[in-house]
Amino acid sequence: MDNRIFEIRWHGRGGQGAKTAALLFGDAALSTGKYIQAFPEYGPERMGAPVQSFNRISSEPIRLHSGIENPDVVLVLDVTLIGQVDVTKGLDEGKGVLIVNTPLTAEEMKKKLGYDGKVCTVDASAIATDTIGKNIPNTPMIGALVKVTGILGIDELLEDTKIKLEKKFRNRPEIVEGNLKAIERAYNEVKGV
Amino acid sequence: MKAAKTGNEAFAEAMRQINPDVVAAYPITPATEVVQIFSQFVADGLVKTEFVAVESEHSAMSACIGASAAGARAMTGTSSQGLALMWEMLYIAGGLRLPIVMAVVNRALSSPINIHCDHSDSIGARDSGWIQLFSENVQEAYDNIIQAVRIAEHPDVNLPIMATTDGFILSHCLETLDMLSDEDVRSFVGDIPERSTLVKSLREGKPITLGALDLQDYYFEHKRQSAEGMFNAMKVIPEIGKEFAKTFGREYGFFEAYKLADADAAILVMGSTSGTAKDVVDTMRAEGKKVGLVKLRVYRPFPAQMLAQALSGIKALGIMDRAEGMSAVSGPVYPEICAALYDLPGKKPVVQDYIYGLGGRDVSLNDIRYIFDEVLKSAQTGKKAYTLKYVGVRE
Amino acid sequence: MEEKKAAWKELPEGDVLEGGSSLKFKTGNWRTDRPVHIPEKCIHCFICWIACPDGAVKVNAETGKFEEFNYDYCKGCGICAHECPKDAIKMVNEQEVDKK
Repeated sequence: MDNRIFEIRWHGRGGQGAKTAALLFGDAALSTGKYIQAFPEYGPERMGAPVQSFNRISSEPIRLHSGIENPDVVLVLDVTLIGQVDVTKGLDEGKGVLIVNTPLTAEEMKKKLGYDGKVCTVDASAIATDTIGKNIPNTPMIGALVKVTGILGIDELLEDTKIKLEKKFRNRPEIVEGNLKAIERAYNEVKGV
Repeated sequence: MKAAKTGNEAFAEAMRQINPDVVAAYPITPATEVVQIFSQFVADGLVKTEFVAVESEHSAMSACIGASAAGARAMTGTSSQGLALMWEMLYIAGGLRLPIVMAVVNRALSSPINIHCDHSDSIGARDSGWIQLFSENVQEAYDNIIQAVRIAEHPDVNLPIMATTDGFILSHCLETLDMLSDEDVRSFVGDIPERSTLVKSLREGKPITLGALDLQDYYFEHKRQSAEGMFNAMKVIPEIGKEFAKTFGREYGFFEAYKLADADAAILVMGSTSGTAKDVVDTMRAEGKKVGLVKLRVYRPFPAQMLAQALSGIKALGIMDRAEGMSAVSGPVYPEICAALYDLPGKKPVVQDYIYGLGGRDVSLNDIRYIFDEVLKSAQTGKKAYTLKYVGVRE
Repeated sequence: MEEKKAAWKELPEGDVLEGGSSLKFKTGNWRTDRPVHIPEKCIHCFICWIACPDGAVKVNAETGKFEEFNYDYCKGCGICAHECPKDAIKMVNEQEVDKK
């Protein structure tokens, strides 16, 4: 029944922007005419503790309000979570995709995980440090997500992000520029696609 | 205009468009954002509202009562322990016939302390003389709170009203929201109708007393008056729903019957789970199983006769209760549905209760499917298998 | 990775927890940067021990010396490194530690 609905799980640590990533991606998908959900998993608020957030994307209205158990894509914002959190939980080895923020290649990451399904890697932290000047991996990860899944067009995503960031950072064009570059670079540099 | 909004943002945006005279509020998870975002609108000069930052929910409701009694359109928002702390003031708002509008984000009550969704807070306040609207998704929460203003302030009703969302599941979930224009909302809600005695007395400088002592000789009559407001709400709620539909295209009644007409077995549920349950209905229908759903939107006043009629052709019914009524019988919604069905002539549906989702416990498609399977079994045998099952608790 | 959670009949009545339960809850995995001790610089003033909000600095009362960090509980907040008057604690990214 829910095969029309595309489901995403984000892994990060409190304060790293996993929630913001889901919100940003949901908002961008909405702008392209999709129906969306974005929701975090809430517990006590603790900086550094492992956290998750989620997206549902569909071309039909979404009625489901249960948790996401079998995501189509899982994104890992912080590679130190691997080994501490079961990031491949519920992921279908045949159809699912795991995208990890790491300088390692997809093959190296697969070996480290002992996971046979599809794995893609992107050095989102390095990209963010280069382009935004800070290790904020969530915007480049959206670029990688879009490349791997094709769920949105990269031009649509860049256009929408530009409009939103320009509103938010009216007097700081370097932030807008940096984020757009980060998304584009991650889109081009993601490995294992 | 389509926008991405969370349940809390949708409530706050609706409040901005309604532009009430007074908002008095105290923050509480997961409802904090409703009044936090709204207070930003006040600071930015987008509304003319007098924002009263009080020291507790008891005071928030007291300030709303004072404002509303003076003829102002007053709104607030809260959740769980906050609603519990408002307790005695809730009854006063109802008894004084004050059309206060409150956004309630449903959250479990302590103890044990928990910040996640169940309906025990709102359902606990069901006898306080407040109208209660439950929402399936962010869109309904937005539409409900706009209609709530008109329902509460209708001269035949004059009762306070709460529109609710499920804590975190809706309050913090970004969804697609079809937002109305500011002008459309303002023209739909209009100005608060003048309540003759109060406003006249203020205008003419003639003092009045509110909330005087009513002993054995008058209390009963006043209670009967309040009850009349609730009886009248039965007529007003669908009227406002139709007017809303005529203007904006989305119609709301007391409940939504989903694929119920030829169903053998059905589930009745309130809030966000109804959306998930609709997906289960579709799956089971595709397998040829005759199942349907009732999503109860209006819990107070309780549309007993209409529910009985809608459910009269069903063989078996499962009630999903997101609160422990502590009756040693069932959850709180179950007995009310049974009472509604009692007056049906002939063979009545078998009714079984399922308590689920307490303290935010996730309810999966499989959980709902399990309940449908159980209810279908009873539809086949025509016999009630049991009164109550807990779904999703670790046995 | 997931502990088995108690069924309703197995839980102690009334939300009661026994004392010291925080010992069972290892918060070390919240850490992205870990404090590393530099013995040559340390003057054993114990300011890190006082400042640590998690009691994750181990000192020896007999010898009056800093002993070690308890990485099972250290959340990597960096307060110790910030407070150290001799820069005898540096924060190192966990991934860098992994490489060594």
